[in-house]
Amino acid sequence: MIVPAPAHTHAVETEQLSRLFGSFTAVDRVSLRVNYGEIFGFLGANGAGKTTAIRMLCGLLMPSSGSGRVAGFDVYRQSELIKRHIGYMSQKFSLYPDLTGRENLDFYGAAYGLGNTALRARIDELTERLELGQFIHQLAGKLPVGWRQRLALAAAILHRPRILFLDEPTGGVDPVFRRKFWGLLYELAESGVAIFVTTHYMDEAEYCGRLSIMHRGGIIEQGRPFELKKKHATASLEDLFVNLILSREAERA
Amino acid sequence: MHRIRFIAQKEFYHIMRDFRSLLIVIIMPVMMIFLYGYAINMDIENVTLAIVDLDHSLESRQLTERFYRSPYFSRPDAEPDLNDPDRLLRSGRAAAILYLPVGFGRALTRGEDFELGMTVDGSDANLAAAVQAYSNGVLFEFLMDRLPPDFDIPGVRISQQVLYNPDLKSSHFLVPGLVAIVLMLISALMTSITIAREKESGTMEQLLTTPVKPREVLIGKLLPYVVIAFFDGILVLLFARLVFGVPFVGSHLLLLFFGLIYVTTALSIGILVSSLVSTLREATMLAQLSTLLPSVMLSGFIFAIKNMPFVLQALSHLVAARYFVVIIRGIMLKEAGFSVLIPQAAALILLMLALMTIAATKFSTRVS
Repeated sequence: MIVPAPAHTHAVETEQLSRLFGSFTAVDRVSLRVNYGEIFGFLGANGAGKTTAIRMLCGLLMPSSGSGRVAGFDVYRQSELIKRHIGYMSQKFSLYPDLTGRENLDFYGAAYGLGNTALRARIDELTERLELGQFIHQLAGKLPVGWRQRLALAAAILHRPRILFLDEPTGGVDPVFRRKFWGLLYELAESGVAIFVTTHYMDEAEYCGRLSIMHRGGIIEQGRPFELKKKHATASLEDLFVNLILSREAERA
Repeated sequence: MHRIRFIAQKEFYHIMRDFRSLLIVIIMPVMMIFLYGYAINMDIENVTLAIVDLDHSLESRQLTERFYRSPYFSRPDAEPDLNDPDRLLRSGRAAAILYLPVGFGRALTRGEDFELGMTVDGSDANLAAAVQAYSNGVLFEFLMDRLPPDFDIPGVRISQQVLYNPDLKSSHFLVPGLVAIVLMLISALMTSITIAREKESGTMEQLLTTPVKPREVLIGKLLPYVVIAFFDGILVLLFARLVFGVPFVGSHLLLLFFGLIYVTTALSIGILVSSLVSTLREATMLAQLSTLLPSVMLSGFIFAIKNMPFVLQALSHLVAARYFVVIIRGIMLKEAGFSVLIPQAAALILLMLALMTIAATKFSTRVS
């Protein structure tokens, strides 16, 4: 059932990956590498192409050109295999609001093909680790935003994926919750999971091991947060981000 | 199989926990049965008829008695005001007024020609025509009974025999067609809505990042609606039998066979609709426009297709319900076998295959 991923590869690897919608280039020749155990951040304004890029990598969207491999599998031809190794959490809460947390997890467990016993143990484990407690028995749609996101994370990692894609996972969540959420991500990364996360929060970008700054569909800068700040001689990522975008826009004009 | 079962189970949760879908799935078919069975009643029964007896003879009282004993006519709740009898018609408290003038009894015993007067509320033309015919019938019977037993009237009469629906009950005509409407409603409207809802809320995208195959999603999501459609179909048939006494003379198995083809056609329409839209609102509108409306208006369920303008007649050939209405009426009322239903069966199967092919190609793993 589980096809082992080819060894000694990057978790995510793309070369000139692009996606056009009509004449609009949503993702423009993106090349990147993400290692297992790494938290890789995609920083960009709304509409920069982050979500489109992530959807191509998850097998939800066909690329227009370029190449890409996720967990060693080709994004054009092997999306079915990719799907067995990834977890995905979209920016919109996309569990079933009229099902309880538990029912949602049971459902996704079945979708990932987990057996009953294994699934039950895994749900218990995650309930404890994510401190879901009694919230798991409430309707997902009635949960406070922060708990919903933890539940969504639980659903995304039920099947112990090797790569986790998170599209703006902490939108609308208070800072305390967000800090805790990142604590969980660090734990996952330490256990060897590659985490690919998009954000437009600067504090979140600081948490990332490596960062790609996206603008108009393309990557305009890439590196470790502290290296980037040193290279551009800025005190904060926010200054760095704003300066980069402004200079790019000035070049275009 | 495991996945399909879970998807189907989840879909049942959705239906059971959503007040609106429960309403559509269970309350609506029952409401429609009563609406079409009782309210839209094209039968003449208990028409309120006021009789103004000016003759006060034995014969006039006998005739009055005769009218009210028939199942077609009943007394109004108010006596007509002799100065303004038409008031009863204007207020809608009577549909017709029959006048028995002075001299009726005498003319009857002497065998003279005599004319009775009647005013009929013509605002409901169907009813007015029926009242005329039925009152003539009652009168005719009354006169016949007064003839001596051995009296022979020469002349020709039509011996009319109505087949398949001998009482000409409109419920017999409408309720089988209702099964076609209800099946279409559940199978096409509900499925297009449920798929569109998952697309809109993003849960479909989430689901498609798992190893679940699109075919599993489709089968799992549609299965509950097939079950519900058949449950509703049986519900309607049961009501048809128990409440309205609609007969079922044909083969149940044959109806089940055609029901499956029809439901598959409807499901394909539902999938097709959901693939063309991205929001719930669009799905609801497009589904109603492409399924419910044509199934009610262009299927011959209520309105005869042959009386429609050419364009609508041509359009009706694309309406699956058109064929199923003929099939189900044939099987239930006329004991029609497969051989006489071949044209409808062929058209329905062709329609199903075409729609299935298009729907299958439209629904794919990748969201866009």
